[in-house]
Amino acid sequence: MTIDEFVQAFAEEFDETPAEKFTAETVYKELDEWGSLVALSIISMVDEQLEKRLTGADIRSCNTIKDLYELVIAK
Amino acid sequence: MYNPYSLKGKTILVTGASSGIGQTVAIECSKMGATVIITGRNEARLNETFEQLAGTDHSLFPADLSSYEYIKRLVEFCPKIDGLSNNAGIAKIIPVKYITEDDLGSIITTNAMGPILLTQLLVRKKKFNNNGSIVFTSSLSGVYCVHYGESIYAASKGAVSGFAKGAALELASQGIRVNCVNPSIIQTNIFKNEGEIISEEQMQEKIKNYPLRRLGITTDVAWAQIFFLSDASTWITGVNLPIDGGYTLI
Repeated sequence: MTIDEFVQAFAEEFDETPAEKFTAETVYKELDEWGSLVALSIISMVDEQLEKRLTGADIRSCNTIKDLYELVIAK
Repeated sequence: MYNPYSLKGKTILVTGASSGIGQTVAIECSKMGATVIITGRNEARLNETFEQLAGTDHSLFPADLSSYEYIKRLVEFCPKIDGLSNNAGIAKIIPVKYITEDDLGSIITTNAMGPILLTQLLVRKKKFNNNGSIVFTSSLSGVYCVHYGESIYAASKGAVSGFAKGAALELASQGIRVNCVNPSIIQTNIFKNEGEIISEEQMQEKIKNYPLRRLGITTDVAWAQIFFLSDASTWITGVNLPIDGGYTLI
C-alpha cells in the first residue's frame, strides 16, 4: 500500500470529514471527528488491509497520517 | 460456625477454570468447602489451577466447550452436581463495519452457545441435585451498557443473560436457580489482550469513571458467584448482578 492509498483508506474511516481534507501531513488528532470509534476503525482497517497489528499506543504516539503509515510499514 | 454462605457438601462444576475469573471461582469455591470439577481448554494451566485448590476430592476435565462433542464427554464425566459456574469466554474489540463471519461465529459459539448447551445437557441428563444453582459470568456489556467496538461481545453476553432468565423460569419447578453476574472491566488476560489496544494511560483515565476508584479483580466476581451458589441466595433467581465499582451510577 502506497502512502496515497493509505491516506485514502484512512479518510474512508471518517463519515463527516470530507476526503479532500486528508493529506499525508494531516494531524489526525486535531480533526473534529477524531475519537475512540475512528481510532478503533483505523486499527481494524490496518489489520484487514495490511494484516498488521496497530495498538492504541501507536495511534497516540503519531501525529500525522504519514507518521502512522511509516510506523505500520516498519512493523 | 454459622455460615449460610458456605459451600460445604456441595459439588460445583466450574468452566473456564484455566484462567481469569473461572480460575479464581474454582479456587475460592474450594476454599469455601466445595468439591469442584474444573474444566478449561488449556490442560497445563488447568493443572496449575488444580494444584491451588483447597481440600481434596476435586477433579479436572480438559475440554473445549465450543464443541458439543466435548460438552457431551464432560457431562458424561460429571457426577451429580449442586452448582454450575459458567466462565469460559473470549473477547474481541471490533467496530461494526469490520465484523467478520469468523469472529462473530467464534465469539457467539464460545460465549453463548457453549454455556447454553452445557446447561441444556446437564439438565437433560438430570445432573443437578435439588436446590441446584447455575451462575453465568455475563457482562455489564450488552446488558447494562456497551463501549465502542464491543457489539458482538455484547451480543454474546446479552444472549447469555436472556437465556438465563428463560432457564430460571423453566428450572424453578426443579428448585434450580439461574443467575448472572455482570462484571465491568476485570483485570484478567482478556483485559490484557485488549490492553494492546487500550493503553495504560487510557486505563488510568477509565478508572476515573469508577466511583470506587479501581478496576475489578477476579475475587470481586468469584465472591458474588459464591453468594449465588450458596444457600444464602435460595430465593433469588433470574437476576443480573452488576459488579462494577459503581460504574453504572454515573
